[in-house]
Amino acid sequence: MSIFTLDELREIMRSSAGVDEGVDLDSDIGDRDFDDLGYDSLAVLEFASIVQRRYGVPIPDDIVTESGTPAKAVHFINIQLEKAGA
Amino acid sequence: MTASAHTTETVITGIGVVAPTGLGVEAHWESVLAGKSGIGRINRFDPSPYPVKLAGQVSGFAAGERVPGRLIPQTDHWTHLGLAAAQAALDDAQVVPATLPEYEMAVVTASSSGGTEFGQHEMERLYQNGPSWVGAYQSIAWFYAATTGQVSIRHGMRGSCGVVCNEQAGGIDAVGQGRRLLRADARLVVSGGTDASLCPYGLVAQLATGLLSVAEHPDRAYLPFDVDATGYVPGEGGAIMIMETLDGARQRGIGAGYGSVLGYAAGFDPPEGSARPPVLRRTIERALADARCAPTDVDVVFADAAGQRSADLVEASAISSVFGAGAVPVTAPKTLTGRLYGGGASLDVATALLALRDQVVPATTGTTRLAPGIELDLVLGQPRSLPLRRALVLARGHGGFTAALVLGRAGFASDRQR
Repeated sequence: MSIFTLDELREIMRSSAGVDEGVDLDSDIGDRDFDDLGYDSLAVLEFASIVQRRYGVPIPDDIVTESGTPAKAVHFINIQLEKAGA
Repeated sequence: MTASAHTTETVITGIGVVAPTGLGVEAHWESVLAGKSGIGRINRFDPSPYPVKLAGQVSGFAAGERVPGRLIPQTDHWTHLGLAAAQAALDDAQVVPATLPEYEMAVVTASSSGGTEFGQHEMERLYQNGPSWVGAYQSIAWFYAATTGQVSIRHGMRGSCGVVCNEQAGGIDAVGQGRRLLRADARLVVSGGTDASLCPYGLVAQLATGLLSVAEHPDRAYLPFDVDATGYVPGEGGAIMIMETLDGARQRGIGAGYGSVLGYAAGFDPPEGSARPPVLRRTIERALADARCAPTDVDVVFADAAGQRSADLVEASAISSVFGAGAVPVTAPKTLTGRLYGGGASLDVATALLALRDQVVPATTGTTRLAPGIELDLVLGQPRSLPLRRALVLARGHGGFTAALVLGRAGFASDRQR
């Protein structure tokens, strides 16, 4: 069962790195590339570190930056949470 | 005039102002002519524990209305001001960056303090919560070149970009560097600067110089050249300008813009205690030589106006020795804003161009009685209308940075005989 949701990621993306003009974060962003949504590697690192602090699970930088899309990031974060026994 | 000199004549075709005197060129200019001050008690934080309680603050600025949403959490307030001013300057010059070659557009800004407010916030997180709480954007937001970089990225300007960190002199040095780039391979340069260091960390860093006024009444806090001068009031904001060659501007159908950059020189003071004199006088002379004009060709001087006895005396002596005692009108409208560091000289350049445009010298407010030894025709009280062909703008930065810029009224320089 997913604990971490796409909506939660949206909220973290919005507050930590802002939103590009012309991007609707509330639309179906799950399978769009972070790059395409205007989030560069620094932005991805920033919200990965927020997830890490909030949930206390390790989110290695390279795995997050390579995950590519919000859906993959959510999936990866949930695997980490499961491993941690959340 | 030779063809090549004509081609490389530098004009300023757009101005964006974010200053304590107003948002936008005309709002600022109206305040300056009306003598309306932007100096007041600091309200961005509680200044009561600090000796300095007054500053020139940019009011009415909402980043959400003027800066792309994506950039707001990534950048410092100083960069927000710079991005807004750059957009305003581009709009003013009717530049659509996407229509110009990306490698022929450059960005050179002045920055004195970098992103201190952003940095303070991240340091608070560091010592309150630990290293993992420091945001990834601290790596770029504090950095002096952040404004240049963000303007460059936002507008797709990939020519020779840079930042000059010469304290108050930076705004003039950015224009000087912009002219160099136009003479090399740039067709357009975004120049000027902003600074914003009105947070506790930023203010405390400024206190170290001992040059700030601790007066508590806004009308008596910053009195350059006055017998009661006790220092200067810090401020935030500045101006960003669009620089082009005259030919380039004409090709775009813009004409001669606000005016021309006729001469520029920079110098660096000898160390304190040296037998050698300060470099301001020679810097003025070199800027005039670069502009190929005589002292009598200059109609107004925009002073650096340190507001500190010995520095004021050095500046007044340099002006008097070049132009003659009381021989040229001198003004310092920065008494309405305080000293804006990287943004200060940029705003002075913008203000001088408006003075040339409207043929009026704005007044120096606050100052009433010149200190002994200050032999200047300081424009006090009211603006003074008079024919203006050329303006000299001076800036001196803490630590010895010195710069002088000669500006010519639009259409005047290109038509004159050489």
